[in-house]
Amino acid sequence: MAADPQAAKAQARAVTAPRAEAARQRDWLGLPRWAQGWLLPLAVLLVWEAAARAGLVSPAMLPAPSVIAASALRLLASGELGEHAWASFRRAAAGFLLGGATGLLLGLFTGLGRWAQRLLDPSLQMLRTVPLLAVIPLFILWFGVGEFSKGLLIALGAFFPVYFHTYLGVRSAEAKLYEVTRVLQFTRLQLVRGLILPAALPNILLGARLSAGVSWLMLSVAEMMGASEGIGYMIQDARVYAQTDLVFVGIVLFMLAGKLTDAGVRRLELRWLRWRRPFQDGKEKGL
Amino acid sequence: MLAIQGLTKIFPAPAGEVVALRDIRLEIGPGRLVTFIGPSGCGKSTLLKIAAGLDASYEGSITLDGRPIEGPSVEKGVIFQEPRLFPWWTVEKNIAANASLRDAAVRRRVGELIELVRLKGFEKAYPSELSGGMAQRVAIARALLRRPKVLLLDEPFGALDAFTRAHMQEVLLDIWQADRTTMLFVTHDLDEAVFLGQQVVIMNPRPGHIRRVVSVDLPYPRQRTGAPFQEIRGVVLREFEKVEEAPVPDPGAGI
Ligand SMILES: Nc1ncnc2c1ncn2[C@@H]1O[C@H](COP(=O)(O)OP(=O)(O)OP(=O)(O)O)[C@@H](O)[C@H]1O
Ligand SMILES: [Mg+2]
Repeated sequence: MAADPQAAKAQARAVTAPRAEAARQRDWLGLPRWAQGWLLPLAVLLVWEAAARAGLVSPAMLPAPSVIAASALRLLASGELGEHAWASFRRAAAGFLLGGATGLLLGLFTGLGRWAQRLLDPSLQMLRTVPLLAVIPLFILWFGVGEFSKGLLIALGAFFPVYFHTYLGVRSAEAKLYEVTRVLQFTRLQLVRGLILPAALPNILLGARLSAGVSWLMLSVAEMMGASEGIGYMIQDARVYAQTDLVFVGIVLFMLAGKLTDAGVRRLELRWLRWRRPFQDGKEKGL
Repeated sequence: MLAIQGLTKIFPAPAGEVVALRDIRLEIGPGRLVTFIGPSGCGKSTLLKIAAGLDASYEGSITLDGRPIEGPSVEKGVIFQEPRLFPWWTVEKNIAANASLRDAAVRRRVGELIELVRLKGFEKAYPSELSGGMAQRVAIARALLRRPKVLLLDEPFGALDAFTRAHMQEVLLDIWQADRTTMLFVTHDLDEAVFLGQQVVIMNPRPGHIRRVVSVDLPYPRQRTGAPFQEIRGVVLREFEKVEEAPVPDPGAGI
């Protein structure tokens, strides 16, 4: 955090200048800024649709967007889509919560305690480098392909980002503020709640966002290795029967799920990190 | 009463040791306002840190009301050069910090202090929305809430512009006259030292020690442009110049 308010103000000015610039660019093509990001996908969809209708691509390989949309609507109406989505969401959420909570606790633990750090962190850092997908066969051997095995796999994936960033965040608490807590005679609990957690929160949320992404990835993998419901199962099943349109429906669903969880964490960031707002305005755009 | 006797502080360093303070003797009665001035590295911050209880490895003795200082506590309020506010807390929460705002007595006192440091209307602002002077006033209010016996200020207005600094000096005198808290005020600014202090302690570096204590027997508020002020300022300045000229027992310092 900028200790010098003058510098902070200069920074705020530097941030508002490009913003005025951005406001002027708003009228480019007569579109507001947020809509400009939609131009490319829309163009691709149009070309795709046109190519499909003109018979330029095989419907078995690349069904037209309208066909995919129709299949999605049909599945939605029959309730099948909802069931798969719900099953997937449950698994992902359970794995994410289990892995995230463990990561948070261990991250706090190793971040706060010297001996815990020396004892645990090297091993965890080493495990982190193992490619997750390489442990799947082991999980299948040990736990089979049931729900337990799937949940554990997702939890494992969700664990590392939260753990790693919590640890970093806890370590980032400033020594200068720590001195203040000593002078004000904070208790151990007040120290954790007043300094360490808030200081680590930006990092923890970043870890949570990364973990959510990994959770969806591990979910799709887990569901494809054998399941009887869920979006991954739907995709796998559709492949077997060469229903390419349904494969696309599944992919789009995963895309939406990822985007929604991302937006959710972003909302939490805006609410919980409100105090950072004046500095963040400019950075937000870069993300 | 803050009593310092034979205080010596040595920092171990790779190339020999640094004697940051040598044989400091000083008695500061309750309610006194004493300023400390001296060139960089003469141990002013080290002295305040020890008085605050933030540094416990020293020789000699330092007592507050007869009891040796053991570790930091709210009895010894500290204002650092930077405000050191918690960025995630509002102004009022920063002042309360680990005291609960739900406690009616704390609430009332926080309100009074906000008025005293002239921050009415900014109770709910975050530190990132404050100017440097405002933030430093929050830090002062935070220390005062604990009703410290002594307030230790380490160049608290060093980063402020001349106008804000003059304003803050007045705020500080207001507070001192209202509460009569004992204050030890470290500064680099000669005018500030003479404007604020009942006594000005002039320190010398290598090793850090007290060269002279100048009494400033002028009533508050002081007129910086008046002849008596200028006269005392001259006394301190001459002493200060002698400090700079004093032969430095450092073989590497030849010109
Ligand atoms: N943590 C430390 N380790 C080693 N030496 C230190 C440490 N802190 C201070 N010193 C040394 O002690 C001496 C006094 O330092 P101190 O910070 O008290 O000076 P100061 O009078 O506050 O200077 P300034 O006016 O620049 O703030 C210096 O020579 C410095 O190098
Ligand atoms: Mg200093």
